[in-house]
Amino acid sequence: MHEWALAEAVVSAASKLAGERGLGKITLVKIKVGELQQIDLEVFKFALSQIAEKLLPEAGFEISVERAEFRCRACGRTWRFRGEELDPEIREAIHVIPEVAHAFLRCPRCGSPDFEVVKGRGVWIESIVGEKSG
Amino acid sequence: MIDPRLSVIDERLGRIKRLIAVASGKGGVGKSLIASTLALILSEKGFRAGLMDLDFTNPSTHLILGAESAYPLEDKGVVPPKVRGVSYTSISFFTGGKPSPLRGEDVTNAFIEILALTRWGDLDYLVIDTPPGMGDALLDLLRLIKRVGFLVVSTPSRLSLETIKKLIEILRSVRAQVIGVVENMASAEMKSIRGEVEELGERYLGSISFDPEVEEAIGNPDKLLGIRFAEDLRKVADKLV
Ligand SMILES: Nc1ncnc2c1ncn2[C@@H]1O[C@H](COP(=O)(O)OP(=O)(O)OP(=O)(O)O)[C@@H](O)[C@H]1O
Ligand SMILES: [Mg+2]
Ligand SMILES: [Zn+2]
Repeated sequence: MHEWALAEAVVSAASKLAGERGLGKITLVKIKVGELQQIDLEVFKFALSQIAEKLLPEAGFEISVERAEFRCRACGRTWRFRGEELDPEIREAIHVIPEVAHAFLRCPRCGSPDFEVVKGRGVWIESIVGEKSG
Repeated sequence: MIDPRLSVIDERLGRIKRLIAVASGKGGVGKSLIASTLALILSEKGFRAGLMDLDFTNPSTHLILGAESAYPLEDKGVVPPKVRGVSYTSISFFTGGKPSPLRGEDVTNAFIEILALTRWGDLDYLVIDTPPGMGDALLDLLRLIKRVGFLVVSTPSRLSLETIKKLIEILRSVRAQVIGVVENMASAEMKSIRGEVEELGERYLGSISFDPEVEEAIGNPDKLLGIRFAEDLRKVADKLV
């Protein structure tokens, strides 16, 4: 479960951001999670709440998942990620490092490994909401 | 939108005393063999040593260490498995031996992911094997890990020497630390590059002979540590610690 590592990253980035913007407290962090990351949302939410307890005690977290979409650079075909059709081991590998999708997935039209992840990769902080200190 | 992974990298590497990237610009000069064996030697000396393979499209340290079956533990991140005492990480854990052709953007993303997830814990040394060329891996290394020192590898060939001169120039221009130059695959027939290295104002850390026993020892750390190659590299390692 590396959801914890990602949750730590989110909390650490959000509190740095709060510092930069002079926010005394953060009330909401909006997070976008790429489907390719195949994050267990329950674990992720739990990890966020645990880690945030000290650093961002008033923060709520809003998480949205973005579907993963690929585009072949060779022939232009676009297609969607279908994690449920993959071997558990392969899913696990892509879960840890999404780029290894290039070792296992091919363009359904031309067979090329040269595809781009157009959407649905990574974990992003979309916005934070807080209150100015002092 | 903000990529939160970048904000934990320093913390993840925070308990590593020294980071050494083995680089050359030139391909096939022995970077992977030196990086892997150096990590084994440091561990043998009693240091807490780690090895990170940064050659994502052509990893080879797992073959050198015979670590094809090693797999990390997922525990609030990725905990590197130990291979003969060395904390080890490579993309090969996750590609299952399949080719993974990656463009620059993917190389960068995979690197950031590994840096953000890996829990190295306390280490005295982290050795980093780098791919050939002066491309994404080198630029990302310089951008993401500020305190890395470079151990530059060259063969006695002029072609290799010219390449490391360019690498050193780049490293100097960004004020990266050049630890020194190791001459690999030295032989009696070839003139040493020691003079040229010293003329450049860099430290010549020693030469490693071409050792026909290397091939047999690949995949077997014990054997690797027992051959001439390792004996020569130990003298280099003594100058690093
Ligand atoms: N001192 C040596 N004596 C004999 N063989 C050597 C020596 N050093 C390296 N080799 C061999 O040379 C080949 C290239 O070594 P290695 O893969 O470590 O180079 P590299 O610089 O990492 O290559 P790349 O640029 O492709 O990553 C390997 O087969 C390795 O076993
Ligand atoms: Mg190599
Ligand atoms: Zn295609």
